[in-house]
Amino acid sequence: MKSIILIAGSRLLVALMTVFAVYMLLRGHNQPGGGFIGGLLAAVGFVIYAIACGTEGARQALRFRPTDIAAVGLGFALFAGVMAAFFSDDFFTGQWLFINATPQDKGIPLSSVLVFDVGVFLVVFGSVLSIVFALEEEV
Amino acid sequence: MSWYLSLPLILPFATAIICYLLRDRPSGAWVSVAGSALGLVAAIVLMALVLQNGVVAGQMGEWPAPFGITLVADLLSAVMVLITAITALAVAIYALSDVDARHGQLGYHALFQILIAGVTGAFLTGDLFNLYVWFEVMLIASFGLLVLHGGKEQIDGGVKYVALNLISTILFLTGIGLLYGQTGTLNFADLAVKVDAVENKALLTVIAMLFMVAFSVKAAAFPLFFWLPAAYHTPSFAVSAVFAGLLTKVGVYALMRTFTLVFDHDVGYTHTILLWVACFTMVTGVLGAAAQSDFRKILSFHIISQIGYMILGLAIYTPLAIVGAVFYLVHHIIVKANLFLIAGISQRLTGGSDVFKIGGLYKSSPFLAVLFLIPAFSLAGFPPLSGFWAKYIIVKASLDESLWIVAFIALAVGLMTIYSMTKIWAEAFWKDHPDGIDPKLSALPGRTALLVPVIGLALLTMVIGLMPEPFVTFAERSAAQLLDPTEYITTVLGPEAMQAADPLEVAP
Repeated sequence: MKSIILIAGSRLLVALMTVFAVYMLLRGHNQPGGGFIGGLLAAVGFVIYAIACGTEGARQALRFRPTDIAAVGLGFALFAGVMAAFFSDDFFTGQWLFINATPQDKGIPLSSVLVFDVGVFLVVFGSVLSIVFALEEEV
Repeated sequence: MSWYLSLPLILPFATAIICYLLRDRPSGAWVSVAGSALGLVAAIVLMALVLQNGVVAGQMGEWPAPFGITLVADLLSAVMVLITAITALAVAIYALSDVDARHGQLGYHALFQILIAGVTGAFLTGDLFNLYVWFEVMLIASFGLLVLHGGKEQIDGGVKYVALNLISTILFLTGIGLLYGQTGTLNFADLAVKVDAVENKALLTVIAMLFMVAFSVKAAAFPLFFWLPAAYHTPSFAVSAVFAGLLTKVGVYALMRTFTLVFDHDVGYTHTILLWVACFTMVTGVLGAAAQSDFRKILSFHIISQIGYMILGLAIYTPLAIVGAVFYLVHHIIVKANLFLIAGISQRLTGGSDVFKIGGLYKSSPFLAVLFLIPAFSLAGFPPLSGFWAKYIIVKASLDESLWIVAFIALAVGLMTIYSMTKIWAEAFWKDHPDGIDPKLSALPGRTALLVPVIGLALLTMVIGLMPEPFVTFAERSAAQLLDPTEYITTVLGPEAMQAADPLEVAP
């Protein structure tokens, strides 16, 4: 089934949901959200795209194989843990960098925890998509 | 200090990721070998550290115990990690020739490394909930490996395997929930201190039984072993070797850890049940093996009977018996993985795994016959191989406690083991091949990668058998640590933890 409205609408939705997913990922440290939810939202965006344009089209739009994305995500998560070694801390100790910090304000806090969350994001995104694509293509 | 503990976990995960990204190329298999070799180095370093300093503990992310993620290595954990790394390296080398490009592409090497990470994690964790998490990592990876071939037989075995393991998981989680309700902690060391203060001892025994059933399913003890012979003969030989060597032993390890450290409040009740479970496991396993004709099914049933010996060591619960259990655990992993690898070579040579339909191995490949005899005799308990000492210690421990019937069963099961090993020997090795195939080892392509791990593991069995002294001394030290967990607790929680254990001081 090809529907012009769905195809046109899904392009907009994919972009919107991916942006929202990244927003959820970034606000996740102190507020509801985080890598898992963000990954699911981004995956839903591509699932809608796959319904509209077929899994073949969605795979092309994705460029990389979803399982590869998941593997790279696992690599990110592992790297976030290993990062502590460079600062002679224990495995998975959070490392923080405060940009433009003043005594009153912490500035822009960047952390290895965020890298871990990005890893979770990619793992969830990749594995959900690989399952959904496999199920779609089987039928 | 904690990096020595986390490296044996980080390395297999990192290897898995690289293997997966390289899965379309033949180099993926070599990355797996290299990663396993590095893992072995990390395990040796950890072992050396534990031998030197005693128990080593580390808090991941620097959140202190009992709240954070604790990794602990005492002698038992360290030796299990080392044996896991040795088996992993052997199987990774074997897989160079046994696993074809298609299965490599489906992610065999990545799943294998994740399985190794799961097993290592289960041995190193100092926390009951994380033990559950590592069980899940293992279960997911092993299910993936089981169904990788995608045949009807594999799916059938895989579904049985997962269904029974899920039941075990549910019981395990229920037990965790109840135990947390009673003590407010899941850290092993903290539990060891706090279970003594639990007033409702009856509920504690119920929780202990939940854990016993859950871990017995994992360990394939009587009467919950059905999943093992249904699943282990279906996947590729490299996979079944690592399953046979390691997976059930994680269940035995979990039993040994919890029933020495946490649930030692009613030894008369829990360990008597374990004693009978052990006897039935030994007998049913060996009788099951006698009825089989498939090479791997015979070996699978033998895993069950051997698990009985290990649980027996735990159940008798004297220092000598625990020594026997630890020794048996180490010996068994090496021998059993080796036998499965040999079964794989024999299938390649003769074209089948039903021992009645193959033959001629002794005449055409005498070298393989020798390689088979070493682990087979070791399994049956022939001196001077490692199995003899393992059985000797266990039987002596049961005689010391005047458990005559138990000792008799243990010896009789050893005799029955020889019976089914003789069956494999007479059918697969001695008689001529019924179809007239001449199974020559020298004509086998890729035989170096298949033979090197087999020879290595056979040598290890011989070394343990001929020089048991250091290994027994090691097992004695490890058993002493298990029976007196003071060092374990103080290393994890700090020296003040033992004083708090005194209920008089806790009371307001």
